[in-house]
Amino acid sequence: MSETRQHNTDDYIRMYKQMVRIRAFEDNANRLYLSAKMPGLTHMYSGQEAVAVGICEALTIEDKITSTHRGHGHCVAKGANFREMFCELLGKEEGYCRGKGGSMHIADQSNGNLGANAIVGGSMGIATGSALTAKRLGNGQVTVCFFGDGATAQGLWYEVMNMAALWKLPVIYACENNGYSEYTKTDEIAAGSLVARAEAFGIEAFQVDGQDVLAVNNLAQQLAERCRNGEGPFFIELNTYRYHGHHVGDINRDYYRSKDEEAEWKKLRDPITNFGKWLEDQKILSADELVALNEEIAADAEAAVTYALSAKYPEAHEVNMHVYADNSA
Amino acid sequence: MTREITFSIAVNEAIAEEMRRDPTVVLLGEDVAEAGTPFKVLSGLVEEFGTDRVIDTPISEPGFMGIAVGAAMTGLRPIVDLMFGDFLYLVMDQLCNQAAKTHYMSGGKLTVPLVLRTNMGATRRSAAQHSQSLQALVAHIPGLKVAMPSSAYEAKGLMKTAIRDNNPVVIFEDKLMYNDKAEVPEEEFLIPFGEANIKRIGQDVTFVATSSMVQVAEEAAEKLSAEGISAEIVDPRTLVPLDEGTILESVRKTSRAIVIDEGHQSYGVTAELAARISEKAFYHLDAPVIRMGAMDVPVPFSPALEDLTVPTADGLVANARKICRGELVHAA
Repeated sequence: MSETRQHNTDDYIRMYKQMVRIRAFEDNANRLYLSAKMPGLTHMYSGQEAVAVGICEALTIEDKITSTHRGHGHCVAKGANFREMFCELLGKEEGYCRGKGGSMHIADQSNGNLGANAIVGGSMGIATGSALTAKRLGNGQVTVCFFGDGATAQGLWYEVMNMAALWKLPVIYACENNGYSEYTKTDEIAAGSLVARAEAFGIEAFQVDGQDVLAVNNLAQQLAERCRNGEGPFFIELNTYRYHGHHVGDINRDYYRSKDEEAEWKKLRDPITNFGKWLEDQKILSADELVALNEEIAADAEAAVTYALSAKYPEAHEVNMHVYADNSA
Repeated sequence: MTREITFSIAVNEAIAEEMRRDPTVVLLGEDVAEAGTPFKVLSGLVEEFGTDRVIDTPISEPGFMGIAVGAAMTGLRPIVDLMFGDFLYLVMDQLCNQAAKTHYMSGGKLTVPLVLRTNMGATRRSAAQHSQSLQALVAHIPGLKVAMPSSAYEAKGLMKTAIRDNNPVVIFEDKLMYNDKAEVPEEEFLIPFGEANIKRIGQDVTFVATSSMVQVAEEAAEKLSAEGISAEIVDPRTLVPLDEGTILESVRKTSRAIVIDEGHQSYGVTAELAARISEKAFYHLDAPVIRMGAMDVPVPFSPALEDLTVPTADGLVANARKICRGELVHAA
């Protein structure tokens, strides 16, 4: 991390805190799963924090994102609260979706998060449509479509990139390449270069170190601004790494990924550790302040978990609420 | 004032009126702009509303369906034109996994106000991939509404309601009816969803018929009246929501029912309607409920074969005679 200071101190501290908040959220979600307190499965974002935070910190609250099955990081980074998120993961009434969506469908429209999506690549059309709305209404909003390397194998992406390029839509396709498409190395399922695929549509494409929050944020700032000036769409490939398996239950994974490889990423390329060191070097935060921040966030997360565990489930009559939207409004 | 206009003009008028009323309504699909679609239903709209609102797309059904879902979630009211109903299979993920479920999955926070207008109907010599009537596929999915206009009047009134609905609505137009004329008021009107229309009043048997099968039912009812059998025709107009009350009330009166829909008979719309009548009006029935759907075969090209696959007025007359005379009926 070689960048010199460009932002004000608060921006840097917020980026650090948001990354730590994601990690704390995921550590708690994983514990909930392992202790059988959470229904179903969930997919951990740990390791990829610099991607969500670097990008979402370049957006306004009105800007939109679409997210994936590995979506807790995007949700936190776009501004969501721990309490409503844990309630959603536990199927409680106070969850962002009243417990009807769960981990894989968490949406927070109040912060511009149009929702996680359990169909790999399923939100690419939604993100592009959101950008069509922005262009049609002239509201200046940018939409970021988060997806993984695995989703680049879906045909939908090529259809919507074609239309986004033809219609010059303000959308950024952000591919988080964590090297694994579920339980398979991405090298085995992706021919050629991902960047070249976007470029084939005349879309300007970028590669960036997804572990470097400042590099991600600088690029995202530029591209968001250019989208607002009518220069979109754009494509970014962010090279990153997921610390856990495909989902929380994917524990014995030596057959597709070595423990040495995981240890190396965690030791050398952890986005939080490295950014923390940079903050110390720049004398923005001291080592003690970093520890205090981490502790404070860990306590917040635990308090939210405690709250969510004892929160109410939805009443039975809610089962057939929200199938159809009301037309009276 | 009423005047006679074609089904096609009725659809066009409905869309134009709603686009004038609400600037968030946009139209997108293949060849919707200058071409006005292969059926020319949308002719003239691009001239009035421009290419920002009448948007030609590439031949990418999943792509533009997905774009419509996202646009609907963020403030537009897109009308998606799906050139043939058979292409529904191409958009199933975006329609059924995304559009249909978003409101529910978000706990009511996100809405998807979009209209998917497409078509149905065989006997146009278009063979197996341009002739299907797939309304049962979408009527099966909670979160979608399904409208089936049976004349120009319904085509206009249901389209306007669909565009104003805050949910994804699929409208099936029978492509053989585009040139059929009906009386349509010049003044603005809407037809509410979930209100069946009693198209003909009768005493002896109820025909519950959808879309162009209403015409088949009318032809059969005429023939039967000459024989002293009085048939009542109920057009549900929307499959979802379904006006079960009007259907059941009619059957309780006539004690006999035949349900007619052009989708495949097995596991189809006719199956659902027959089951509801059998469950809820059983003690009023004097005969088994008869289903008449399309044969369970891919639609064949040869006219000699294709005409055999769809319900006909003659077939309906024969079935009505049997149940009205107490003969044992085995459905075809």
